[in-house]
Amino acid sequence: MKLISKIYIALIIFFLYAPIAVMIFFSFNSSNSTAVFEGFSLRWYTELFANDTVTTALLNTLILAVSSAVIATVLGSFAAVGIHSYRRKWSKGAVMSVTNIPMMNPDIVTGISMMLLFVFFGRMLALRNSLNFITLLIAHVTFNLPYVILSVMPKLRQLDTHLSEAALDLGCTPFKAFFKVILPSISSGIVTGFIMTFTLSLDDFVISYFTTGPDFQTLPLLIYSMTKRRVTPDMYALSTLMFAAVLTLLILFNFAQARATRKKADR
Amino acid sequence: MKKTSIGNPHIATPYVAWSVIFIVVPLLMVGYYSFTDEAGNFTFANISKIIEYNYLKIFGVSILYALVATIITLLISYPLAYFMTKTKLSTQGTLMLLVMLPMWMNLLIRTYSLSNILERNGLINTFLESIGLEKVQLINTPGAVILGMVYNFIPYMILPIYSALSKLDHRLLEASSDLGGNGFTTLKRVIIPLSMPGVISGITMVFVPSVSTFYISQKLGGIRNELIGDVIEQQFKLNSNYNLGASLSLILMVMIIISLMIMNKFTADDDDGGVIV
Repeated sequence: MKLISKIYIALIIFFLYAPIAVMIFFSFNSSNSTAVFEGFSLRWYTELFANDTVTTALLNTLILAVSSAVIATVLGSFAAVGIHSYRRKWSKGAVMSVTNIPMMNPDIVTGISMMLLFVFFGRMLALRNSLNFITLLIAHVTFNLPYVILSVMPKLRQLDTHLSEAALDLGCTPFKAFFKVILPSISSGIVTGFIMTFTLSLDDFVISYFTTGPDFQTLPLLIYSMTKRRVTPDMYALSTLMFAAVLTLLILFNFAQARATRKKADR
Repeated sequence: MKKTSIGNPHIATPYVAWSVIFIVVPLLMVGYYSFTDEAGNFTFANISKIIEYNYLKIFGVSILYALVATIITLLISYPLAYFMTKTKLSTQGTLMLLVMLPMWMNLLIRTYSLSNILERNGLINTFLESIGLEKVQLINTPGAVILGMVYNFIPYMILPIYSALSKLDHRLLEASSDLGGNGFTTLKRVIIPLSMPGVISGITMVFVPSVSTFYISQKLGGIRNELIGDVIEQQFKLNSNYNLGASLSLILMVMIIISLMIMNKFTADDDDGGVIV
């Protein structure tokens, strides 16, 4: 039984990683085939960095991910604190139901619904381009917000309300009490939310595809247009680099989390 | 009792305004475009066009593919998640990371490399040829599309089931065997019912993106395996027929809600399903 379960786990992991392994392997191919390996070379990597479109898209993706994650984290953290202090059950329920919509709806519907809004107002204002970086940013902030709220909310629920009362009794202004007491205790949730939204934003294709304009292209959008053409290993090189970046980020995050739990255990 | 001043409800107001403008209003826009023509006049033409033009068949195919993919994913994931909980704690952490990692890889890339493996001159066929066998048609088949769905979304099934199973109270399993239940009875009466919440969220997280995908079917299914996502995408990106596209999306949304409701009903009717709310 033990052996069977081990073999089974190994098989599924193999299934998950086989295409990724193939991609990494052929990114070092010296010819432009993605099926026959003809020799090791870094040709596709050098070609990638010589390509202006790729570097611009990479920069765009990072700008978008950072700005949307920052806006969503700030707005979402405040929202979580505010919603948490709602007294009426139904208003809390109503806001949380709306918050869940972007997570439950398929991405394509979220994307086109926002596109329709932007196009509608673009037409009303007679804009030449109703879709641009701003609309893309709005869309990313919107689909990121629920993730921030849902990672901060549980921390608020764990919060000891007496602590902020004590702070007020000891002479803190409500403003100061927020920054001295509440913020430190929900900060882990905020950080989780930020990292999550950053990666979601980096990764998003479908919603961006419908809400961006012609002059702002992100990496997933570039990949989409590249895969429409004939297959060459430069895509693989790009993907391999992205995979390495994600791997590093995830390992760092895991370390940070492990350290945080250890710190908690020490306390 | 005086509630503490943990926060002022008003600081949520910017978010509430944001979510009304950018979540609620866009959905109303979908409704508005669905029932108007290009000039903005009220019409049922879009909806009736959908019924006329065989779009319903594509809806059916999309649901069928997504359903098959979801079932396969569930059948693969459940034993995996179960076996995972039986390994050492440190191994579990590593396995979790291994399952999650592909999730952070862009779906386009994953699908794209899968398509290269299945291609006419792809890895599998090159291999078959080199050992003297005939090439097989793998890409542009329904199987390829379903494989793509399973491959891309399987982590979303494994993780919730795993987390439900790992929270399982071992004393319940012991109680079950003490009371005379064999392995199978324990599985059927204790383990599966208690892991149901994880299964349900897994099914949702696989079914919804599968039924609405357009890239997977484009890359792996070719023109003969068009799904509803493809049709919607074409209306917006190729034909610029926003009204028809909006009504297709509206129907997609309604169908997903109905499917999820049916599924919830099925699982709630389960005799031991008392755990599910």
